[in-house]
Formats: sequence, structure tokens, C-alpha cells
Amino acid sequence: MSRALLTGNAAAAWGARLARVDYVPAFPITPQTEIIETLAGWLDAGDMPGRMVTLESEHSMITAAGAAAATGVRVFSATSSQGLLYAMEMLYTVAGWRAPFVLVNVSRGLASPITLEPDHNDIFAARDSGFLQIHCSTCQEVLDSTLMAFRLGEDPRVRLPVIVNLDGFYLSFTREPVDIPEAQLAAAFLLPYEAENVRFRASAPASQAMAVLGSGPYSYFRYESHLAAQNALGVYDEVAQAFGAQFGRSHPAVDAYRCEDAEVVFVMIGCFATKARHAVDRLRDSGVAVGLLRPRLLRPWPAQALYDALRGKRAVAVIDQNLAPGKGGVLHGELASVLYGQPDAPPVLASFIGGLGGRDISAEEFYEIAALTRAAADSGRTPPPRLLYTEDELREVRKLQAIAHAEREQLRSES
Amino acid sequence: MSETHFRRMKDLPSTHLLGTGTPMCAGCGGLQALHEIYDILGARTVFVNAAGCMTLLSVYPFTPFRGSWLYTAMASAPAGGQGIRDALDILIEQQRISAEEDLDVVVLTGDGAAYGMGLSATSGAIERGLDFIYVCYDNEGYGNTGQQFSGATPHAALTSTSMGPRGYPGYKKDLFAIWAAHRPSYVATVIGAEPLDLARKIEIAKSLKGSRLILALAPCPTGWDFDPQHSADIGKLAVKTGIWPLKEYIDGRVVHTRVPHPRLPVEDYLKLQGRFAHLFTPSRNAALLDDIQRGVDAYWAGVERAGAETPGAE
Repeated sequence: MSRALLTGNAAAAWGARLARVDYVPAFPITPQTEIIETLAGWLDAGDMPGRMVTLESEHSMITAAGAAAATGVRVFSATSSQGLLYAMEMLYTVAGWRAPFVLVNVSRGLASPITLEPDHNDIFAARDSGFLQIHCSTCQEVLDSTLMAFRLGEDPRVRLPVIVNLDGFYLSFTREPVDIPEAQLAAAFLLPYEAENVRFRASAPASQAMAVLGSGPYSYFRYESHLAAQNALGVYDEVAQAFGAQFGRSHPAVDAYRCEDAEVVFVMIGCFATKARHAVDRLRDSGVAVGLLRPRLLRPWPAQALYDALRGKRAVAVIDQNLAPGKGGVLHGELASVLYGQPDAPPVLASFIGGLGGRDISAEEFYEIAALTRAAADSGRTPPPRLLYTEDELREVRKLQAIAHAEREQLRSES
Repeated sequence: MSETHFRRMKDLPSTHLLGTGTPMCAGCGGLQALHEIYDILGARTVFVNAAGCMTLLSVYPFTPFRGSWLYTAMASAPAGGQGIRDALDILIEQQRISAEEDLDVVVLTGDGAAYGMGLSATSGAIERGLDFIYVCYDNEGYGNTGQQFSGATPHAALTSTSMGPRGYPGYKKDLFAIWAAHRPSYVATVIGAEPLDLARKIEIAKSLKGSRLILALAPCPTGWDFDPQHSADIGKLAVKTGIWPLKEYIDGRVVHTRVPHPRLPVEDYLKLQGRFAHLFTPSRNAALLDDIQRGVDAYWAGVERAGAETPGAE
């Protein structure tokens, strides 16, 4: 094992390298590009075997990834944001091929307006695609989760593609100390890929991804995919346990921090959860019993583990870094489906939207979220969803608008 | 180029590989071409399909193919071919499978995918030098959805989205030229009604490496509105009137493999099809007919000027 300062992107590339991937269909997009550049460098230098091909779009990239996986090789790919959406038809399509591979998504906000900075609308758009999803909050987790994702997806009980998600900029471009496993240990943890009957060979003709006529076969295959994804819950626990035994690092499906005696629990995914974690410590210092629950696994959705962790709490605050216009936070709805109608469900499930387009969530905002949620628990009424935005931010936007107007007026008066 | 095995009709394969009982329409010119193509390519192939009529060839759990099949989506069948080709190369290179397990990758799409939505993926595949065969069955419209016009629809044709008195106002896109401009290994136009010419071209394509693209005009009884029994006749007339030039691009040159002589008037081809009936009834639309004939004449005048590159006149 060696320890190095790695960006989240480099950690993802290391995960792919240690997984001994055969094939990397690629397409550049900010903030993901460093992943494929890193892999291209290693491939060119002969540091790792395998082959990379740059497609002409993410749509084609995912098609090639799925087709190569369906031919029986180990495949890795990476994208972000608009790229993930451009590939969306194929995400749904290849997930049904039951040919596992790993896709890293570096989360970035979606147009419009177009931006480079992160939030989770892109990855939530892929929520129902059939890909499994693992969400990371540190660079170490990115490397470890990439390795784990291959073992999870390739398990004969699962056989589904997996997305490993990390936040753009905050994780993709931030260097953190990362333990890089020894190649032999990684190889012992992740055995060579056995394609079994999902492959194309001259001696064994196969038809894959055929059309169906009628709802019977259609429902059959859709249910099969769902049941396989459900299987992944138990398989994930086995994989995490094996990973812990091999490398001494624990990556449970749901990461619960100081939740046991908490009255109020924050629920978040991704790297901003590390900010929430610090806020929990500060709140605990001042005597407020707060905890943090962070689902790493978003698909399959670890409903039982979440319910177990939240059962009996006074209130829950879900902090969404995404926005479904006209609805609110997507994660909030997911949590509601876990808790509603269950014994001892927390009576208050508050919703907060923040961190859009890379917007910071300050410690003070976490304190305010805790205070509002506790007050809601006292009153027994869940407050309406809250959009985090400060007066300063609004003033800055107004200032930009005023400057632009003033300059246009000046140009007009000069002409 | 080595000598062809296909000089006379009796040289064509007598065993037919593609199964029967598919849901293609009676008289489907695309299926006719595919039968002939498959007989020569054989079962050591994986067909990578894009959304179109022929997606319905393989419907779970049945297939007419003796070899393999992967359905992708409308826009990205060539990228699916890329993934399979690369994966097979990797497996053979690393000796994880033997070379006998290799397959020829064949992309199969209609004109909707080939001329439009899938053109970018095709362009990318050729620019990467992908070793594959692309077969487009061109029935000149979005046939599977009821024959709306596509980039392959000819001028003046009635389609379900161009029902006016002048039919489709646009002109058929020159996909052969677009493909050839990429300088792939091979490009050819074929038609099922000329099986010898088709067989010879598929034989050449099979013998080459790199990107090889086959554009098959596919007379379509339902989309073009004619009786299925006339499918082969219409195909022959497409060649004899010169509206569907049979040609190939190889070694940087375009060669016409059949030069119709004498060339029949194009209306001999048009008048058999309901999609052009408005050019003849209730009154003859001489202007539009002249327009179409002039287009064909101008094409062949250009071919004659190029002269040396058109051997093999009929």
C-alpha cells in the first residue's frame, strides 16, 4: 500500500487501474476529463494493459461500453452532467442488457443555465435507469467504491452496471490523502470477470437485447432487473465486509454518524456531507443531539437500514443538492417513502434545498437547519421546503444585473 | 481484386441461412437484400441493429439469424459495433478466446438511422477505422412508423408527412458520397433485384478490413404503395432507369458496376408506385417529371464525363 495526495478524479482512475479494466470508452467533459487523461497516460506508457477509445459522444460511449461488456470484457467509463444526460437513452438501455460495467459520474449542475459547478441533478436523472448507484464523500471512498462497484455489479446474483458518483470540483479537483491498495491485494479482492453466458462467441451464437412483443415478456424482464437490483442490497453488504477485511476500511451502505442518541438527524449524500459532519460535531459541543445519516448506496435503496437508523427520532432534515422544479428535493421524497406509515417514524421530515451549482452550505446554515427542525419537532408540524439563499447572494446577482444594464445604457448613449 | 466467385446466377449460394417466418412485410426489398447478404456473410457474424423495421426480425425468444444479434438504439448501432469489435480484439489479443471464436461485426440499420440520427455515430466509427460492415436497407422513409419522409426520401414522393400535390419538397441525400468522403475501405450501393452484383460486392466487402458500407435500396410495398409481387421488377427498374446507380468506392475511386444502356425513362419506375401517382393522375405533372428526369440525366452525364472510371456497361 502506498499513500498519496490524490484528486477525486485521480482516485477514480486508480480504482479503474486496480480493477484491471480491459476497455475504456471515453469522451471528455468537465469536470471528469482528468479521469480519462490519467488512464490514457497509463495506457500509453504501458503502466496498465487495456484499451481506450474516444467515441464521438456520450451516447455512443455508453453504447460501446454496454456492447463491450456484453461481449465479456471488464469495462470502465466516466462522464458528467450534460454528458450523462446525452447518454441517458443508453443508460436505460444497457442496464437491461445485464452486462455489468462501472461508470464514474462526476456530478455537475445541469443546464439551464449552463454551469460547470456541482450539484446532484445529473445523477438523480439517472435514478431510475437500472444502474446501481454508489455516492462518495471523500477521495478515498472514490477509489474504494470503484473497486467495490466492479465486484458488486459482476456478482452473478446482480449483473448490473454501477455508477460511482463524486461531486465535481469539491471532490474531483481536491487533493486528499488516499491509500492506494497493492495491486495483488486488489486482484485478490476483485477476481477476473467471468462473463458466463453474457457474451458473443462464434461457437455459441447469442441474441441479446432483443425486442419483445406484449407486456408479458416486457414485465418479466423489467421485474428481473428490479429483483437483481434488490439482490444487490445483500451482495453489497458482503462486498463491503470483504473489502473491510482486506483493506481495513469500512464502507457501509448507509453511513450513520452520531445517530444513535440523536434527536434530530441530517440526511445528505456526497461530499457536502463532510460539512454536515463538522456541523454535527459543533452542535454536539453545544449540547444539541444531532446526527448525520449518509446513504452511500442510492440504488438499490437501503430502505431498511435507513428506517432502522431513523426510527424513533424526533425529526429529520433532508438536505437536497438537487431541485425537481415544481416538487422540491428528490432525496426528501425518497426518505418519505422509507418512513411513511412505519411504526415510530419521525413525525417531522423537513426539506432543505441547497448547494445548487456549487453553492456552499455554511456551518451557520447547518445550525439554522438544526434549529428550524427542532422547532418543527416541538410544534409537531413539518415546515414547508426551504430554499437556501442569503441576502448577500441576492444582492450580488442584483449587482451583476445593474452593472450589465448600466454598460448597455452607456453603449446606447455613445452610439 | 481477386476474381469473383459470382459470375452467373447459378454461382449464388444455394443454401439460404436466414430463417423464414419473420414479421417483415410481403415483398420487402430490404429483407430480400438481407437474405442475399447473409448467405454470403454467413453465421460467424454479430448483427448490431438500430431501431427500424428489422428490429422486429429478432423478437424474444426467436431469431431468424444463425449467428448473433444485439439491438442497440436508433442512433448508436455503429458504437455498439465498436464495443463488440474492441472487446473481441482484446479477448483474442490476450488469448482469452481463440481466433476461431471471432465474429464479423455487421451493423444493420434503416435509412432513418443511416441518413439522420445515426450519421454522427457512423462518421465516428469510420474515422476511427472501425473494422465492420454497415448494411443500410434504404426504403426512403421512416417505414416502421408508417413512411414519414426521411433524409433518404426522393423528391416529389408522397409520404405520410408529405401528402400535398407536390409530395416531398426535398431531395434525397447522397449518403454514398458522404460515406465515401470519409475514405473508408469500401462503399457500395446494391439492390436485392440484382443479386449477382450484390453478391460480388458483399464478397469484396467480406474480403477487406476496415469500414465497409453497403447501401441497399429497399423497394417497400407498404411505404411506396405497390403490390408486393412487383418488388423485384421495381428494383430492376430502379437500376435500368438510372435512378439507383449501382457503384462502389474502392481504393479512392468510384466505379459504376452497371451502366444502364439504353437508360429507360424514369417514369417507367415512378408510375408503378402509388407514392408517385400524383405525377400522373388526374393530370400529368410534366414539370415535376422533367425535374426528376433531369436530375437522373445530369447524374449520368457526370459519370460519362468521368469516363474511364465506368467499366462494365451492360
